[in-house]
This record gives sequence, structure tokens and C-alpha cells, in this order.
Amino acid sequence: MTLQQPKLDTSPHVSDEIRKTTCYMCACRCGIDVHMKEGKVAYIEGNRDHPVNRGVLCAKGSAGIMQVNAPSRLRAPLKRVGPRGSGKFEEIGWDEALEIATSWLEPLRRDAPEKLAFFTGRDQSQSFTSFWAQNFGTPNYAAHGGFCSVNMAAAGIYTMGGAFWEFGQPDWEHTRLFMLFGVAEDHDSNPIKMGIGRLKARGAKVIGVNPIRSGYNAVADDWVGITPGTDGLFILALVHELLRAGKIDLDYLARYTNAPVLVNGDAGSPEYGLLMRDAAGKALVIDRATGDLAPFDQPGVRPDLHATHTAGGVTHRPVMHLLAERYLDAQYAPEAVAERCGVAPGKIRAIAAELARVAFEEEITLAREWTDFRGETHQSMTGRPVSFHAMRGISAHSNGFQTCRALHMLQILLGSVEVPGGFRFKPPYPKPSGIHPTPHCKVTPGKPLDGPHLGFVHGPDDLALREDGTPARIDKAFTWENPMSAHGLMHMVISNAHAGDPYRIDTLFMYMANMSWNSSMNTRGVMEMLTDKDESGEYVIPRIIYSDAYSSEMVAYADLVLPDTTYLERHDCISLLDRPICEADAAADAIRWPVVEPDRDVRGFQTVLIQLANKLRLPGFTNEDGRPKYTDYADYIVNHERKPGIGPLAGWRQGEAGPAHGRGAPNPAQLEQYIANGGFCVKHIPETCVYMKPWNMGYQAWAVETGLYDSPQPYLFDLYVEPLRRFQLAAEGHGERQPPDHLRAQIRATMDPLPVWYPPFEDSHVDAQEFPVHALTQRPMAMYHSWGTQNAWLRQIHGHNPLYLPTRLMQAHDLREGDWARVTSAHGTITVPVAHMAALNENTVWTWNAIGKRKGAWALSEDAPEATRGFLLNHLIHELLPPRGDGLRWANSDPITGQAAWFDLRVKIEKSAPPPESQPAFPPIDSAVGEAPGDLAWKVGK
Amino acid sequence: MHPAPSVIIFTTLSGLGFGLLFWLGLGLPAVTGWTAFAFFAIAFGLAVGGLVASTFHLGHPERALKAFTQWRSSWLSREAVVSVAALCLMGLYALGAVFFAASWTLPGWLGALGALGVVFTTSMIYAQLRTVPRWHTALTPALFLAISLAGGALLAGQVSFALALLPLAGVLQVLWWLRGDGAFAASGTDMASATGLGDIGAVRAFEPPHTGSNYLLREFVHVVGRKHSLRLRGIALGLGYVLPIILLLVPFSHLLGLLAVISHATGIAASRWLFFAEAEHVVGLYYGKR
Amino acid sequence: MTTLPETTDKKLGLVIDLDTCVGCHACVISCKGWNTENYGAPLSDQDAWGASPSGTFLNRVHSYEIQPEAGAAQLVHFPKSCLHCEDAPCVTVCPTGASYKRAEDGIVLVNESHCIGCGLCAWACPYGAREMDHAEGVMKKCTLCVDRIYNENLPEIDREPVCVRTCPAGARHFGDLGDPDSAVSQLVAERGGVDLMPEQGTKPVNKYLPPRQKDELGTTGMHAPRLDPVIEDAGGFLGWLDKALDRLPGGAGSASDSETR
Repeated sequence: MTLQQPKLDTSPHVSDEIRKTTCYMCACRCGIDVHMKEGKVAYIEGNRDHPVNRGVLCAKGSAGIMQVNAPSRLRAPLKRVGPRGSGKFEEIGWDEALEIATSWLEPLRRDAPEKLAFFTGRDQSQSFTSFWAQNFGTPNYAAHGGFCSVNMAAAGIYTMGGAFWEFGQPDWEHTRLFMLFGVAEDHDSNPIKMGIGRLKARGAKVIGVNPIRSGYNAVADDWVGITPGTDGLFILALVHELLRAGKIDLDYLARYTNAPVLVNGDAGSPEYGLLMRDAAGKALVIDRATGDLAPFDQPGVRPDLHATHTAGGVTHRPVMHLLAERYLDAQYAPEAVAERCGVAPGKIRAIAAELARVAFEEEITLAREWTDFRGETHQSMTGRPVSFHAMRGISAHSNGFQTCRALHMLQILLGSVEVPGGFRFKPPYPKPSGIHPTPHCKVTPGKPLDGPHLGFVHGPDDLALREDGTPARIDKAFTWENPMSAHGLMHMVISNAHAGDPYRIDTLFMYMANMSWNSSMNTRGVMEMLTDKDESGEYVIPRIIYSDAYSSEMVAYADLVLPDTTYLERHDCISLLDRPICEADAAADAIRWPVVEPDRDVRGFQTVLIQLANKLRLPGFTNEDGRPKYTDYADYIVNHERKPGIGPLAGWRQGEAGPAHGRGAPNPAQLEQYIANGGFCVKHIPETCVYMKPWNMGYQAWAVETGLYDSPQPYLFDLYVEPLRRFQLAAEGHGERQPPDHLRAQIRATMDPLPVWYPPFEDSHVDAQEFPVHALTQRPMAMYHSWGTQNAWLRQIHGHNPLYLPTRLMQAHDLREGDWARVTSAHGTITVPVAHMAALNENTVWTWNAIGKRKGAWALSEDAPEATRGFLLNHLIHELLPPRGDGLRWANSDPITGQAAWFDLRVKIEKSAPPPESQPAFPPIDSAVGEAPGDLAWKVGK
Repeated sequence: MHPAPSVIIFTTLSGLGFGLLFWLGLGLPAVTGWTAFAFFAIAFGLAVGGLVASTFHLGHPERALKAFTQWRSSWLSREAVVSVAALCLMGLYALGAVFFAASWTLPGWLGALGALGVVFTTSMIYAQLRTVPRWHTALTPALFLAISLAGGALLAGQVSFALALLPLAGVLQVLWWLRGDGAFAASGTDMASATGLGDIGAVRAFEPPHTGSNYLLREFVHVVGRKHSLRLRGIALGLGYVLPIILLLVPFSHLLGLLAVISHATGIAASRWLFFAEAEHVVGLYYGKR
Repeated sequence: MTTLPETTDKKLGLVIDLDTCVGCHACVISCKGWNTENYGAPLSDQDAWGASPSGTFLNRVHSYEIQPEAGAAQLVHFPKSCLHCEDAPCVTVCPTGASYKRAEDGIVLVNESHCIGCGLCAWACPYGAREMDHAEGVMKKCTLCVDRIYNENLPEIDREPVCVRTCPAGARHFGDLGDPDSAVSQLVAERGGVDLMPEQGTKPVNKYLPPRQKDELGTTGMHAPRLDPVIEDAGGFLGWLDKALDRLPGGAGSASDSETR
């Protein structure tokens, strides 16, 4: 008997309804279609119409259903009943929780607002949380950028008015050579994968520069397995080669950069090394047509890269001279850098040649008429189809800022920024440092702070110092130790608060920041600081409020836990005021909205902040009659105006002639409009304005109309960053505000107005012979921070993490797969399982980040592999460098921005007998949510 | 391959049982009455017990009847059909022998043929699998048949047949091992063909797809130490073949006969454990294991 | 229906581009999500938050390291699911007829209501494409999203397997490999697509596009141009610069330095 092929229903019911919102499984912010069945989430896929992901979705995004239903979700507000760190809590109601928080915060606001330190981790609502903090009046606010990638952001903004990821993207459509440096997989991850896919589909070339050949580097056509911390030197060698061959875009440099701007050459002057300016403050160039000095933006001026200006016997030379002089030096020759970088001279030369070939021989011309800021109309746009992307790998070093600067200089010398085929900004960028706010830190009890907390300093006058010269902020951001710390220094908050340096605080209020585990360096030390008591038996950090959606390791260290919702249960806005989702061709923002209602007693954190603000009657949240302005975050999103006509969302505002994107009065139906449109709003840039944006008056007008600028803001790219030179001048003794003497040499050496490379600080603080190996972490593409671990599907992919060793080290230490090794840094020791990876820099070891978990956290069983075999490299890294006998403790961070330098880490490796579990092991914490069930067979439909 | 106890028990016991049924069907020995009852009880007990054991590893034993439908293409289905046919025929034959002291030749011979058919179809379930090079050989049915016939002869008290068949089975066993040890390499399937990446260079598995285990690893990847394997082979050969021959060569006693059977069954069980545990499925290559 | 159809009208399958796959596991989880909610029993997970989590997946991404004779080692991410073989051994071994290959499009499926969970089909598959679901006791495998590709409840553009729809890098392609003019067949022809384990005789429909040649820059065989230095030092640079500026459109002007008294 033979059976018939069964009849199959090939058109089964897919879902009752699709609700479109924004993903939050990582920082990428893709659009998602949430398929609902019987009111439950049945399936999640990418939204095809969405500008970020155009329908695709990564593993994390598709696994969202397991996050929304994770057993680790907090269920109600928690009040600590055991000692801090024990994880013992009692559930309380929201009225009580808000009452407790208000009773702590109200006296602080009245008497000493700076005693609240409010830091918001992986927050995607920073324009809102900073507004709250500003209205509270504390100077102590920042998110997590300081240990993430502030070097990348700040170097980009100071150099060219924007950086990678949220600030810009390669011109995927036209680029023919894409060069990628040390990437973090969660930063623009789907767009980068999509872009690489497009390049691959047309056979364009990808070069990957990374000590580790995984992920994007695995598909790179050429791999540069560089030694960590030497990217800057490698880039400057490429610059050296390009200069030597004359392969730079002179027309571009003359028109759009400060290469022709004259630099004060009078060594005796307090303005030595600053740019020469006219009376109106405009930077001066020499007009090649007339040979005369002229402001850079004067109509018709043709800035001369070559000519110098002599006055009073002193010759002032353009930036181009200084640049050529520096990088033509033999110290940047490929042979000179090859050994240090771990890259053969021939390879460096070949890459330089390939960059030059594609940039100049495969030039693109798009016939689009545009007018520049000097009033000159061009019939076309010339493209150099070479593009770059970089992220944390080059950023999280103590030389990261200057390395990022070097990379931007390389792009600019090739003339490949904001041109077809090159790197392009996304609105609201380009936005030069000069039109960002400066940092504000003036505290008045009972009153708001005098302005935004974070910003861009232009010289010593902008530092956040108190009158006595001590740091105004608890994290010591914007001080002489790290003047340009544009994102604050979240990683220093706990150790400074514990040390009472620069002062003691009362309440530490944190959101989505797993500081007692994977979001800190020196994890054990942080746990001790959080639980340390003074002589009177009180905690040194008296009060800790923490908000998280999940039972993370940090929950156990809070006195009061405010449970957040999951991302599908909340309102959010991904705002143009903040970190929007724009594309190079369009401005775009987006929302999240509750596609399901919480089944627990939890509230969106932003709504809780509004409820607290209302209890505290914070000015920005309170009407003149004393009544609250906003009931919840959705209300705020729709009705808040940062300035007239400008609110959190740019879409469907009430313009003069009906709904408009950009400027306009609040529209009560705005969220409905967003929901109807798939959760986002896109406003396209006119075709003639999508390139050359910093200089394209068409774009400038569009940006003003859209509310990105108040007036046109054309500017030059700063190959030479004058604010850096102002700090050097101070270190040389000029000016009123003077750095402490012990920092003078460091400031002079590192705050060079032209990109410079110096060895990572750790190299000179530890014995490089004793600790010869570089140790790195990478984030796997299928996991985000700690979050993936609670996800039943994702944790099967990465349930534990070996330490990967290159062939040379495996052999040298007689190690085999599955063996264990003791890994020691100047700060600590871990004992962990090892595995072999051949496609790895031969002096580098690495592991996946944030896989290791503390027993008791995330609703995992205590014998979960994350807790027994998984491990953190964080135990090996300290926020301070080891002492070197000068009586000082130097920060383990970039001296310009304060970015945590966790990729500077050096270790030594020894074979070890297998311990019972990865070391160090910590005692379990009590689970705040009990233990998860055993088996899972999830299906919501029948 | 995972040496699942249910399958080891099944193939060992049912092989013995059907081997015994084969001899009984031929009238060797031509037993009747209570003696026949005893012989058939043992034979059916082993054969049916083995078959029942084999259903223990099914996900849905209640649907087992569906397994009779695909005899045109599936050796497993053929095994089901043939085993039921053989059991029915032998049941009929047993009925005659036990209750009517009759020896119904036609059902007996057909039943004997069926019993061999069961062993053959069982062996072909394994021998057909190109994915397990160690099994994928005509030596597999030959070995299974020889073991079944020899074991059956032993149980049936057919000493002379047993003395001929046991050495034959032993020789086949050794040949099967020797061939098996080189079979994977000879199959032409390796990391290069599995991944299609061999042209670039030497291929090595890097990270597995999941850090946790999965069905494939549990079912197909089982690593037996070389020493352990050699020791077990010695036991299988000694207990399964050599000792029974020695026991048969010494003057007959029922006790020694029983010992010979126990020794043989134990040896064959060891052989069957190795049959699975040493068998390397090509899918292991994808996990860097074989 | 465990006999195979003599021919199928179409040979639907996947083409996987190993030069493009970045190993992100997007396809793995979208597959898990769709097939947990759709065709047959959900894909279950055992000990989901415990010591040894283990679930059913129809698509997994392996990774391999390749050491060429010369040059740096390479890493290849390698997604693998059912290859929908023309000569599918998993089908013919099935005792119940639960496994079958569709005559109209060649998709290999399991009719779960007929599956007794014997596991023999998984034994017969050289690729590890079939996994027994521990909770349900039936064999699960890639359906090529047969419940999507013809689904009239989905917009036409979405009628493709979820793994293809979700792949961020576009490393997965779906189509009729029986039609030499189809986009997927063309891709296979252009890029030299290969069969996995051809010697197993399964005639897989899915094809793999091998990685392109890597690491050519800086090797002796490289034909990319080299840079010819025009400048030796900063002084030479300025001379070159002046001449080069003259050559720019509208650049020939005063090259003299300015002086203010």
C-alpha cells in the first residue's frame, strides 16, 4: 500500500494582527512586525518599510518573544530586606516605592542636588533623562558612552562634525572599497550586514582590520590581523604612503577642510598654534586667486594649501604644511611601523595603493547641481568610492581618541567624506562641535542646573570645574584628567562616590547599567564598594535606586528596585533630539508603544521618572499653576517642546498648513499617526542635498526647515583641532585656568591638534615582558550585553565562552582544546577554559563578552554553564592603572575623553589544572524572581 | 552512534530468538508437546521481547502499526512485515507442534525462511546507511545472519551446526571489524567534502553552532577509546564465539550448554554495543568529530 | 509515500553564499520562531534556563577554520539546514510514510501525524538536517517554509522562507534550482556553487557558493597597483603641492606667499 502525498494547507492563518514597533534587543533600533494571535505575541519579524533594517532582522530581534516572556522579568517594585548584595527583597506597591524614592530625593534637591548621581546606562531616551536630571539640578548625569565609544563619537565630531553609526554610514550604494576597523557588532549591526551584503553582491572589496578574524572580518576579502592598540600607527603609515605618492584630494582639502587655514607660527605668542582669525572670528586662508588673506567662507575665495603668510617677521603656515611635515616623517614609513603593528610593510603599501586606486581611478560623478557655502554652484558631485567604518575596537584604548582622529583624517585626505561612494552623515549630523552645547555644572539648590550636562569643550574655560578648581562632577568628566569627556564617565561614578572624591554623594540612581557585573571594570572591587560600610555602620554609598526590567546582577545591590517593562510593553521615542534612526538620505525617528500590556506590576522607567518629577514638582514637568504637565511618558513624547515647534518626535506635528514633519505645534494624534505608519517617520532629503551636506546650502536650508539647526551652519572639517591646542597652551603655561603640574606633560603629549599615535598607557605601566599578550572581548552577534542569557533560544548559541588562543600560544603553553589556563593581568587572575583559533593575531587572546553570569541572576539555575564555565574578562581590568612609583594613580582611560581603555589590557597565560568551575567564582545571590521552569514549548496559536 | 540499550537488547535477543525459530521451523530439533512449548516459549520470548524492546525508543509507539505500510522502500517497514509474517507462520507451526504433535512442513519452512528474513531485514536497516560507513557493507547482513544462525543453533542444541557456524560468525566478525576500521576513511567523506571548502586548505571545525548539546550529537557522536574498544572486542570474541566453541567441544551437559548460550549472548551483546558505539556517522564531521 | 517521486516539477531550494555569511545566527532564530509557531509541533527546548539547555533547531550555523598552505587562516560561517535532496535517503528509509518528497516542488517534509519517532530518517541523513523533538517525539526538519511560500495570507513579497527573508547580509537565496534560467541557478553557475558530500549520492538541491579568493593584497601574485612616491620629504611635498595645485581646474593663480607689514 502506498500512501498518497498528504493534503497540506499551504495558506495557514499567519496572525490576527500585526503591530509595528521598534526593536530593543540591542542598540540597533530596527523596525519590527509583531504578529499577534489571540492578543499574544506569536512571532516577530523585520519591518520591510523601516529605514534601518528594511525587513531583515538579526537573531536577537527574532528572539524577542523569548525576552518578553523571560522568567527573569521583575514583577513588582522591590525593597531591600537583607544586606546589600544578598538579593533579599520584599515586593512592595508602586505608591510605597515612589514615596520612598521621593523621601530620599526631595531633601537632596532642596539642599544639595549634586548628592544625587543619576546615570542611565544603555538608555535610549537620553534627551528625556538628561532633561529630568537637569531639572532636578544635579550635575551628575550621563549615560554609558564613557565606557562604550566616546572616543569614536568625540573624535568624529571634533574632526568633521559626526562619526560612525548613528552619525553616519558608508554610501553602500556606490562604495567600491569598504574598510572596517575593530567593530562592535551591536552598533548599526543590521545596516552593516546589509551593506556588506550589497558590496558582496556586486563583488566590491572589503578590508577588515581587526586582531580577530570573526564575523565581518571573516568575510573580508583582505584581513589585517593588527596588534591591538596600534591601529592609529597603521593608519598614519597609510597616510604617509598616500602623501608620498601625492594621492590626496587637494581640491577637496582646499575647499572643505581647514588644511588651508593658517596656523599662528609665533612661538612666543599665547596664541601660538591657534588658527588665525579675522576680527569677526572667521578662520583665515590665503586666496590663491589674489594671494591675500581672506576669511575661509568669503564668496569666491580659493583657499591656497601652499602659500604661507608672514607678518612681523613670523611665518604662519597653513595646516597642510604642518600635516605634510608630520606624516612624511620616516617614523610613519611602513617599515618603521610594521613590527609594532604586526602588519607586513608590503601589505601596508598594497592597502594604501588600493585605497588610492579606488579613490582616484574609480572616481564617481553624479550629475546633481548644488551650491556651496561660498556661493559657487557646481554642476555635479564627485565621489571617491572608498568608505570606512570603525567602532569600539579602535575606540576603547587610551590612544583611542587620536586613533579615531587619524582614521577621520585618512578619509578626509582621500576626499571621501560626504561624497558619493564615501562616508555620509545622517541627520541631525553633520553638526560640528561648535554648535553642540558646552557642558554645564552650576548647581543651585532647589533649582535646575544652568544648562545641559554634557557637551563639547573648546578650551579650558569650558571645563566642569568648581571655583576652587576641583571637579564639579562626581565622575570628574570635563576635568584636566580628561577634558573632552563628552559622554561623561559612568565607569568612574561608583569608585569616586566610594572614595568621596571629589565629594560624597547620598543617592546613586541607575537605570539599565549592570555595574556589579559586566558593565564595570574591576567587578569584584565594584561589588565591594557597593557594599562597603563606614565606621558608623552605614553604607559608604548610602542609597541606591536601580531600575531594570530583569533580574540582573545589579538588582541585588539596590535598596529600592523600580521594575521596568520589556520593550514591547512600553512607550519610547527614538528622537532627533537624541540618538535617532536617520539614514544618510533622510531624517527619521521612531517610537515604541505597548503592543502588549504588562502582566506584572511594572512601569516604564520614563513614566516612573515623570511620576517622580510630579511628586518633586520639578520645574520642567510642572505648569505654572503647580499641576503636572505630563501624566506619563507618552504624554511627554507628544506634548513636550524643547523649544517652540521642536519636540521629541518630528513627525506629524501641527504645522501652519496641516500636519508636517519637522517643526510644528504638538499634535494630540501624533502617536496614532506613528503607529499607523509602522512606528516611525521618515522625511527624505532632496536629491541634490544628500551629499556634501556640511557645505551644501540646499541641505543647510532643508536642515533649518526640519528643525535640525536654527540657522545654516556650514563649516570646515577640522584636520587640525584647535580646542586641543588650547589645552596644550594651558599645559605650556598660558591662560588663567591651569592644569595641575603632574598632568602638564600628558596634556602636551596627547592633546595634539594633529592626530598622533602613542603606545597604550598600559604598556608603560606594566611590564610588557611579563604580560606579553593582549586580551580582548567581542560581543557575539547573537547576544547583547547580559540580556541574551535569559533568552531561552539565544543562550543555547552562547551558553559559555572559552578564551581563544592563537596557534602560537596554544603550542607555547602546551594547551589543547578543553584545557584550562590561568590568565593574569597586573590587576587580577582568572582561570578559564581555552580553545584554539588560528585566524587570530599571534599575540592576542579573546573571548565573548558578558556571557559569564553570577549564580542566582537572570533566573538561571545555579549550575547554568554561564555561571560555571562562562567568565568575564572584566576581573582583569581596573579603572586605574597599576602604580608605577610616581606616587600617582593614573586612570586606565583615554587622557582626552576619559573613555575606559579596556582594550589596552595585557596578560600572561599559564596552563592550569581544571578547577571545578571558572575562577573567580562568587557566592550565589538570591534570585529576585525565583527559578525558571525546566522545559519550554512555546506556541500561542492553536 | 549512541549505543541505545533498547536497540542493543532488541538486536541481540531477537537475533537469537529468530535464529532459534529458524532451526525449529526446519524441525531441528523436531520437538512436540511440552518440550516444543518450552522451545517455542524461549524463541518467541526472545524474538517478541526484542521487538517490544525496539519500540521503547519510538517517540510514538502507539502509531507503530503505520510501520507496516512502506515495505516497498523501507527496510524498517519490511522488517516489521516480515517479522509479523514469520511470527505468524511459526506460531501456526508451533501450534501444530505443541498441541497436535504435528510437524507442518510448509509453515515450518516458510517460517524458518521468514525468521532469516527478519534478521536480514534488521541487518539491512543498518547496512543500507551510507551515512555510517562502518555498517554500509554486505558483511553486515552476513554477520547478522551468521550470528543469528549460530546462536539459534546453540539454543536449538544443534551442536554440529553450531560448531560450524560459530567459527564462521567469528571470522565474519573479525573481518567486519577489520573492514570497519578503515571504512570511514575509504568512504570518501571527510571535512573537505562535507564543507566543500577543501580547495582552500585544511578545514577544521571552529565554534560549534550551539555551545549546548543537541539531538544530533547525542544520537550520532559517541567516542569510544581505542583501549576500551580493543578490550571489548576481546570480550565479544572470547565470550561470543571462542568460549561457546570450547564449551561445545567438551562432553555435553545441559549446564555447559546453558553456559555456552549465556556466554554467546553476552559476547554478542558486547559486539552489538561496539556495533553502535564504534559506528561513526558522517554528520559528526560537521561538528569536527567522527 | 516513502518512495521518491521520479521527477519533481520544480526543485525548490536554497543557495547559501559562504562568501557573504557573517555568522550572525539570524536565520537560526527566525526559523526557530516561525516553526515554533507554525508547521506542526512547536520546536521545544529542554532545561531551557538550566545547566544543559538543548532544543530543536532546523537550521544551525557552524563555523570552520581553514588554514591555507600559505597565508593567514580563514574563518567561514556555515549555515546548514535540510538540503531537500533529489535522492533523499531520509525519505526512503521511513517505515510509515511520514517522510515524503513533494512531487510538485521537491520539498522534503514530515507528516507529523504519521511519524512514529523511530529516528531512522535522521540516521540516513548525512547532513544532520533532522532533529527529533524531545517533547513531541516526532521528527522535525526544515520545511522550506512550505507554509509561507504559497501562503495567500502573506503579501507576495513575503512568500519566501523566513531564513531568507531575515538574512541581513543577503547570504541566502531561494528559488527553483531545477530551472536553469532562475536567478538561483544563474548564481550557482556564476559562482561555482557546490554540493555538500556529493559522494553520498544524495543529489542535494541546496547549493553552497564557496568563499572568494582572499588576502591578495600585499602578496606577490597581487596585480593591484603600487604607489609610486613623488615626494621624499616635507620640502619636496611643498614643491609638488604647488605644481599640483596649479594643475587643478582654476588653480593656476598666485603661488606667492602673502606678507603683512
